[in-house]
Amino acid sequence: MKSNHLSTVMPALGKAMWRCVSAGICVTIAFAGDARAYKAYVSNEKSNTISIIDTAERKVVGTIKVGQRPRGIAITKDQKYVLVAVGDDDTIQMIDTTSNKVVDTLPSGPDPELFTDDPSGRLLYVANENNNTVTIIDIERRARLGDVEVGVEPEGMGLSPDGKILVNTSETTNMAHFIDTATRQIVANILVDARPRFAQFKDDGSELWVSSEIGGTVSVIDPVKRAVKRKINFTVPGMRQEAIQPVGIAITHDGKTGFVALGPANRIAVIDAATHQVQKFLLVGQRVWHMAFTPDEKYLLTTNGVSNDVSVIDVAALKVIDTIQVGELPWGIAISQR
Amino acid sequence: MIRAFVAVALVFLLTAALARAEPLTIKIGYVGRAEKKATISLLDYPPDNDGVAGTRLALDDNNTTGKFLNQHFLLEEVRVKDGTDPADVVLQLADRGISFFIMDLPADMLLKAAEAGRGRDLVFFNAGAIDDRLREEDCRADVIHTAPTRSMLADGLAQYLVFKRWLRWLLVAGSHETDKLFADALRRAAGRFGARIVEQRVFEDTGGARRTDSGLVQIQRQIPLFLQGAPAHDVVVAADESEVFASYLPYRTRDPRPVAGSAGLVPKSWDAAHDQWGANQLQNRFMQLFSRRMTALDIQAWSAARMIGEAAARVAAGDPQTIFAYLKGPDFALAAFKGQKLTLRDWNLQLRQPILLADGRTIVSVSPQEGFLHQFSELDTLGIDRPETKCRLK
Repeated sequence: MKSNHLSTVMPALGKAMWRCVSAGICVTIAFAGDARAYKAYVSNEKSNTISIIDTAERKVVGTIKVGQRPRGIAITKDQKYVLVAVGDDDTIQMIDTTSNKVVDTLPSGPDPELFTDDPSGRLLYVANENNNTVTIIDIERRARLGDVEVGVEPEGMGLSPDGKILVNTSETTNMAHFIDTATRQIVANILVDARPRFAQFKDDGSELWVSSEIGGTVSVIDPVKRAVKRKINFTVPGMRQEAIQPVGIAITHDGKTGFVALGPANRIAVIDAATHQVQKFLLVGQRVWHMAFTPDEKYLLTTNGVSNDVSVIDVAALKVIDTIQVGELPWGIAISQR
Repeated sequence: MIRAFVAVALVFLLTAALARAEPLTIKIGYVGRAEKKATISLLDYPPDNDGVAGTRLALDDNNTTGKFLNQHFLLEEVRVKDGTDPADVVLQLADRGISFFIMDLPADMLLKAAEAGRGRDLVFFNAGAIDDRLREEDCRADVIHTAPTRSMLADGLAQYLVFKRWLRWLLVAGSHETDKLFADALRRAAGRFGARIVEQRVFEDTGGARRTDSGLVQIQRQIPLFLQGAPAHDVVVAADESEVFASYLPYRTRDPRPVAGSAGLVPKSWDAAHDQWGANQLQNRFMQLFSRRMTALDIQAWSAARMIGEAAARVAAGDPQTIFAYLKGPDFALAAFKGQKLTLRDWNLQLRQPILLADGRTIVSVSPQEGFLHQFSELDTLGIDRPETKCRLK
């Protein structure tokens, strides 16, 4: 049968696409090549839920009720669990990706905000915002292994690609702390501009980018010299500087293009990651903070906290192509690798 | 012989190690008032450690950062009675190595204190006095102001009332000097932003206890009587810094009108209900340390202490000249949980800041309001601006 043939010949096509073709009703739905369906999980800080977005259909296909004040969100390397930090419940919840139900918790320490896992996927490093600490967790054993004392209001967590250095930023101390993951000791502290929020290494480990929300800049740090080598400034014509507040950062795997969310400036800055020049600004929703690539880097999805939606950016075309309504105050986003 | 040599060498190494580990110590003095103001509402009664608690929280934060920079901050607190000369207190603290002073004193006492420190390289932070004259004709080159001015508070309120199109104000002023100053600021704000004061009435302070057992029964008749016969108005704006009548106005006015100013919708630098822009992190830390909520005076003192800490971190030094120079320079900015960086007005050393409008339970709005434009900084739509200033720093 025709439909079966299609489904075996083109397994990469999403289910919705397949149905359309076999029914002969839909015309080509703007074929951006094969639109593979990934799941994007968005934490809604105010509604205490996670919205699940099908990235091919570009709509919300499910909502998961979680604990209080969900913010940091990530998917375990084996894709089995979505981890979400529910700060006001002082824990990290584990959600089974097949059943979409909360099945367990991790001993995160108080008020977890952002976290990152190590390359093996076994350890989780968590920033405890109220306690000036970074907590280290063994995910499988659900056990707390230890903590590191850092500056005031830790948030940003960036792990070097080789897993050897964990960078944590503290919002009020205004530093990026370099933590040796083997010894769990701080080996360097770099002062950055006011209120650092996010730390992101390039995939080849050659640069570390740290955003300063109130300072209005992104510091590009040499991880070997452990010094700021340049600062990226942002100027949007007609917009007052104070509204330009860099938070989340995403860099393509090839290290060539960087994207920075500019908060209440409602824009994503597109940056040539080699020259560090701002190339253009993409207008998204209100108070854009965080973002994630689909695994094929075809799309970049951004969370717009105040307009309660997610923008979809076509990365190759550098255009915003869609907006998806989610819950209240969307904060973080994590996209499945499969 | 060798043992003696080894012993000497060990002592040498030990003292050298100690010398390297010795942190740079920065001492701060907090000079506050001994008396507390009486208030109409029990909920407004200032706590004993009002202001100094905010300073201590800032020092806590400074010292956490200081661990990474080998800097340590210490605080000494002194209280002075209203009407006395604070000169001795300042000199005594200065003799003990204190160069940074966070002050919560009335305007004249503040000026006396700063004058006592002349020539000794001291830096004063005014965390308590809201008098415009301290930033205008009485401005000093050695005083930084973290407290907002009356004009900033009045302008912050006026911008919101204009946004709401509540343009007709019935202004009720108290009979004391500070009440009149606030009424003047509100009058200026109305003219500046396009509101109209339909009438001004004075509520005379005739003395008597604020808190009486059955006074409520009488107040609900007195207030509407006092306000009757006024021209049509949208809002009752009260100027009552002396805490004589304003808190009695909401829900007792003759006509059903909102109250603003010293009661009802109140302009302030901070409120316990403020949770935006990460403020709940600061509020949580404060609550954990002091088991109470943070006041406007707390944040004003906190800002001063954090300015010292921020400067010390950036310049890696603790002496007043270097720190003061950095604070007055182009790179200084303070993150203070109000959604944008706070900087100093270079003409009078006033800390620019958004003004919160609080109703006692939530933050209703934050000024400057959208649409009030400015050539350099929208925060300068609040208060007396550079082209209008009488200040010549000396």
